[in-house]
Amino acid sequence: MSDVMSDGFFLPDPEGRVPDAQGYFGAFGGTFIPEALRAAVEEVAAEYEKARHDPAFAAELNELLVHYTGRPSALTEVRRFAAHAGGARVFLKREDLNHTGSHKINNVLGQALLTRRMGKTRVIAETGAGQHGVATATACALFGLDCTIYMGEIDTERQALNVARMRMLGAEVVPVSSGSRTLKDAINEAFRDWVANVDRTHYLFGTVAGPHPFPALVRDFHRVIGVEARRQILERAGRLPDAVAACVGGGSNAIGLFHAFLGDERVRLVGLEAAGHGVDSGEHAATLTAGEPGILHGSRSYVLQDDEGQITEPYSISAGLDYPGIGPEHAWLKDSGRGEYRPVTDDRAMQALRLLARTEGIIPAIESAHALAGALDLGRELGPDGLILVNLSGRGDKDMDTAARYFHLYDSPDTTEGAGA
Amino acid sequence: MSGTIGLLNSVLERARGENRAALIGYYPAGFPTVDEGIGAATAMAEGGCDILEIGLPHSDPVLDGPVIQTADDIALRGGLRIADVLRTVREVHAATGVPVLCMTYWNPVDRYGQERFAAGLAEAGGAGCILPDLPVEESDRWRKAAEQHGLATVFVVAPSSRDQRLAAITAAGSGFVYAASLMGVTGTRQTVSRDAQDLVRRTRAGTALPVCVGLGVSNAGQAAEVAAFADGVIVGSAFVQRMLDHRDDPEAGRAAVRELAGELARGVRTAR
Repeated sequence: MSDVMSDGFFLPDPEGRVPDAQGYFGAFGGTFIPEALRAAVEEVAAEYEKARHDPAFAAELNELLVHYTGRPSALTEVRRFAAHAGGARVFLKREDLNHTGSHKINNVLGQALLTRRMGKTRVIAETGAGQHGVATATACALFGLDCTIYMGEIDTERQALNVARMRMLGAEVVPVSSGSRTLKDAINEAFRDWVANVDRTHYLFGTVAGPHPFPALVRDFHRVIGVEARRQILERAGRLPDAVAACVGGGSNAIGLFHAFLGDERVRLVGLEAAGHGVDSGEHAATLTAGEPGILHGSRSYVLQDDEGQITEPYSISAGLDYPGIGPEHAWLKDSGRGEYRPVTDDRAMQALRLLARTEGIIPAIESAHALAGALDLGRELGPDGLILVNLSGRGDKDMDTAARYFHLYDSPDTTEGAGA
Repeated sequence: MSGTIGLLNSVLERARGENRAALIGYYPAGFPTVDEGIGAATAMAEGGCDILEIGLPHSDPVLDGPVIQTADDIALRGGLRIADVLRTVREVHAATGVPVLCMTYWNPVDRYGQERFAAGLAEAGGAGCILPDLPVEESDRWRKAAEQHGLATVFVVAPSSRDQRLAAITAAGSGFVYAASLMGVTGTRQTVSRDAQDLVRRTRAGTALPVCVGLGVSNAGQAAEVAAFADGVIVGSAFVQRMLDHRDDPEAGRAAVRELAGELARGVRTAR
């Protein structure tokens, strides 16, 4: 264990490249929030700045990451799946094997420790797929904090299992019926709660978006994904991958994977966005492909909006990617050319989900299945010499109802092959 | 045409000269339709509002409670455009002569173009803008445009604002300072928050601008209470609620908002 620990699990960006002191990644980021939240956001920033230099904080977080979350997470080579990817070698970083079933726990444990340091006794959070909500409810149970989770009404229906999990863990789940009744509206409602209850409440933001310092703070808590994966693939494959791939909704699992490879100029950073029914259909959540710079939820980034700055309603079969914004660091990576972002439709994601299940015995979350679909394309482009690292950000248990309906699994045992294609 | 910041300043000065607080009414454009919204806002001024704020509805109103969310939603589903908001400002100002500000979230202005929006608002006879999610640190370019077009930039301060920050915000603002009476979103409340008076006192320590209090004020008693210590009383959700109560009868809605404005206007005159 000492070898692993000496590398550390909690590893804030050592070079401090971005963001700048105002929270900007190039032209993106900043702090566009109501004055009433200014003091609270500054408190989070100040406390995080102290914590990230505090060895006791890192030690406590590392202890949790090893003995509670189960880090380091495995790296799995998927040969039968890769046969469909042009013969390239494909490795999966298994964030689905973390406690609670996704990468979200990395950030949640870090912010739960921050909550305690700030002396706050109540946590609120938004959730789309329910993975961040479940992770937050879990940490609140562990730390003895009151917990309220905001979730769009549509998402409470399509991720009913996670609603039950959160309630089992003692959290209050509030269905949000305003706007598009999905993740964006859950965030709006969480901000409304925070502004009214800020004295005792921490908003445990779940992705690398939002006002500064959240994009940097959440990223730092997820850097462990890429740091581990980089070391693991060097050991296993003997070289760096040609591409690392991850799905992007808000962008937290992707930035967590990408960050350790930023300096490896030969490694392509590929984010896969939810294209829903197709980017041209108007029903999608492909923010970097089809959005324009604007302000949503406290920072400047790409957003899906109309010509007068009204946010348009996104769509994806995946609740976790069904968001009209994107973390500002991804916007910066896109504009600088360092990151590549590609759209993946519902159908392609669902086919990749089933392919991984049938070839490897791993049922991924629908979110992560977008990254798998992207990897199939990348593999065909790279050919047999290619080496691809994919972040399997979460497991698919929560999506079984959606998948069962999509593939008609409830109908009869033998109708699944052609269904949904 | 230049904006009407001068009119705004003189109305606030006149109220001060009468030893009373000004009554400021908020109403979202396009609710339930553009023309009915113009009618409602006009009735608010006729009933006794000294100053009006016209809301430019946004898809993601994170600072608003359910009443204004509902109105924004109805307006946007009706296809409201910024041109309709500017027409609302123009027609309400022309019909009543009161100073009319625009209140909105930053993204619509940013997307429309800061200079273009300032020019359009001034051309409509607007007096200024309230942009609650535009922090003072990000506001240089907007303030330059606003100043050039004769528009006030009203910043919001909150009970959580520290004294040093109050000074920085009020130094950048013009017209008046919007003091949020409580930590929360828009909507009516049973009682006036105790934080409000302390915030007004702390804000006044660093600025000569009038300090007007909003959030949670809905009746004449509360208006009188706030008017005892503030330069202006801002009421929004209570007006919108009156129109929501009379969705099927806009004329009755207009009568109701006119009556409420009258009660509130008497409230601000009985405070001191």
